[in-house]
Amino acid sequence: MAGGLAYTTDDLNDLTQAQIFGKVLMDLGSQHPEIVALSADLAKSTKVGDFFAKFPERSFNFGIAEQNMIGAAAGLALAGFKPYAATFGCFASMRACEQVRTDLCYPKLNVKIIGTHAGLSMGNGGTTHHATEDIGIFRTFANMTVMVPADGLETAKVISASIDHDGPMYIRVGRGFEPPAYDSLDYDFTIGKAIEMRPGADATVIACGMCVLQAMEAAEDFAEDDGPDIRVINIHTVKPIDKEAIIKAAEETGVIITAEEHNIIGGLGSAVAEILAEAGFAGSVKFKRVGIPDVFSVIGYPEDLYAHYKIDQAGIYDSICDLMGLEKKERDDEH
Amino acid sequence: MIHNYTKREDLVNFLKGKSVEVRKEIIKLVVTAGGGHVGGGLSMTEILLAMYYHVLNIDPKNPKKEDRDRFILSKGHGGVGICPVLADVGYYDHCMMDDFNQYLSPFGMHPDMHKVPGIDMSTGSLGHGLPISVGLALGARLKKASWRTYCLLGDGECNEGTVWEAAMAGAHFKLGNLTAILDRNRLMLDGPVNEIMEIDPIEDKWKAFGWDVRIIDGHDYNQLIDTFESLPPISSQKPVCVICNTTKGKGVSYMENQTKWHYGGLDEATEKQACDDIDKICLP
Repeated sequence: MAGGLAYTTDDLNDLTQAQIFGKVLMDLGSQHPEIVALSADLAKSTKVGDFFAKFPERSFNFGIAEQNMIGAAAGLALAGFKPYAATFGCFASMRACEQVRTDLCYPKLNVKIIGTHAGLSMGNGGTTHHATEDIGIFRTFANMTVMVPADGLETAKVISASIDHDGPMYIRVGRGFEPPAYDSLDYDFTIGKAIEMRPGADATVIACGMCVLQAMEAAEDFAEDDGPDIRVINIHTVKPIDKEAIIKAAEETGVIITAEEHNIIGGLGSAVAEILAEAGFAGSVKFKRVGIPDVFSVIGYPEDLYAHYKIDQAGIYDSICDLMGLEKKERDDEH
Repeated sequence: MIHNYTKREDLVNFLKGKSVEVRKEIIKLVVTAGGGHVGGGLSMTEILLAMYYHVLNIDPKNPKKEDRDRFILSKGHGGVGICPVLADVGYYDHCMMDDFNQYLSPFGMHPDMHKVPGIDMSTGSLGHGLPISVGLALGARLKKASWRTYCLLGDGECNEGTVWEAAMAGAHFKLGNLTAILDRNRLMLDGPVNEIMEIDPIEDKWKAFGWDVRIIDGHDYNQLIDTFESLPPISSQKPVCVICNTTKGKGVSYMENQTKWHYGGLDEATEKQACDDIDKICLP
């Protein structure tokens, strides 16, 4: 963790992921005069506005013009600055897709993109505002690093680590009301290095983003009932992915479930499947991708959608049961 | 500037000679490549020579010089037009382009900033250069630097919406250190710009977006030099768009104003005729 950043575990409970991003970036701005912040009329929503308020001369709002914002971020990087461009994940990955690929990744420029309100976190905002393809899109761009922090604390860790990272990076955060997956600031965070959130010998849930906490709680459900011992791995860096942790989990547990707030095509599940297949696990490991099953999402509050697409605690629990041939437990609430 | 001429007349005569050399090299490169964007390469020869020899503050021996002026070739398919000019002013030797566009060559159809010295940004997809230039100009101002950013656009390229997003931003941010140059050769791949997707009144459009506009003959060195020497100071708060009326395929009789020569290949006979034409049309 870079020194001097002011936030506490209290913040993690009180602030949304986007708010923590805004706060940490503002703190980093004091230490790094080369940071500039860019927005496309979402400074308030993405919380990059905190930086805007403190460093107005280093802040640029491009209006509702995401392509222009990313192009200009490339220009600012060429001029020697470290731009942080914030917009919703859907617009970063799709409206400005070509600019990210061709203007940032191809010349390998030092621009960090913060995609907020990613996944289904816009809830009843609907498909136009959901980002359920962004990991898949950005994962295919050479030179790109794709970060999916699990909660606000990890968002802070990612933002802090990003300043020393050379090259383009996509940082995917939610809207924010996700509860924290970590209860302590005290853990080692390295870009590209998966974190074992919970040990387990019988099956592994490989998750990213909000699914990490859901997977941990599903694992706890099994533990409470003396069920199988479920390992949970947090892949906060989907690219470059931690192959070793995935292969180790396949060897040691033989059952792999991926969980993500993303289409099951192209995202974390695909990335893990590629590794398992190439490492020779096809047929020898039980494997299932949990995520949005290649559909455009229905309307509802995020929690409704997480349940609908079975990426919440109960959904992940049930998927583990399906894959391991276990009887599902009765629940009071409908899922 | 990359010359020692003190008299304008001598400079212009020198540049006119260079126009012939560069155009012939473009033809040669198109032959080497087996085809190329020859029409749009030939339309911007005088613009590029005036910029790189005279207007830009650059040091070809130190391509990344911190305080250099930046030149963004937004019409990246003009690679065949700019690469001989960069060689000519000394960024690299002409023989470096012997494998132009060939397997593993640093010189592709669209220039790569990490492979071609003197290229400030990799381009090729249209509509990208002006947003990038806006960012460069914002960066220069934030650094309190005196260098300027120039961005060369095609006229067909002005169909791209991002050109206008950036035009809006250039005026909004009052970027007096930003200059757009429009290679107004009036043809695009599918046909005349005014038939495929009209951009006129292009002067009014740039003005309405808050830019100062100059309209000149893009093949006339005196007009080019006068215009760029008299740009308002970078503190002027207003970006400038220099609309350069040009001829696509300039210098080669059978290519001039011909849509089909947007991109093409040459055999021995058409190559020879092209070079003969360039000698006749372009010589001082």
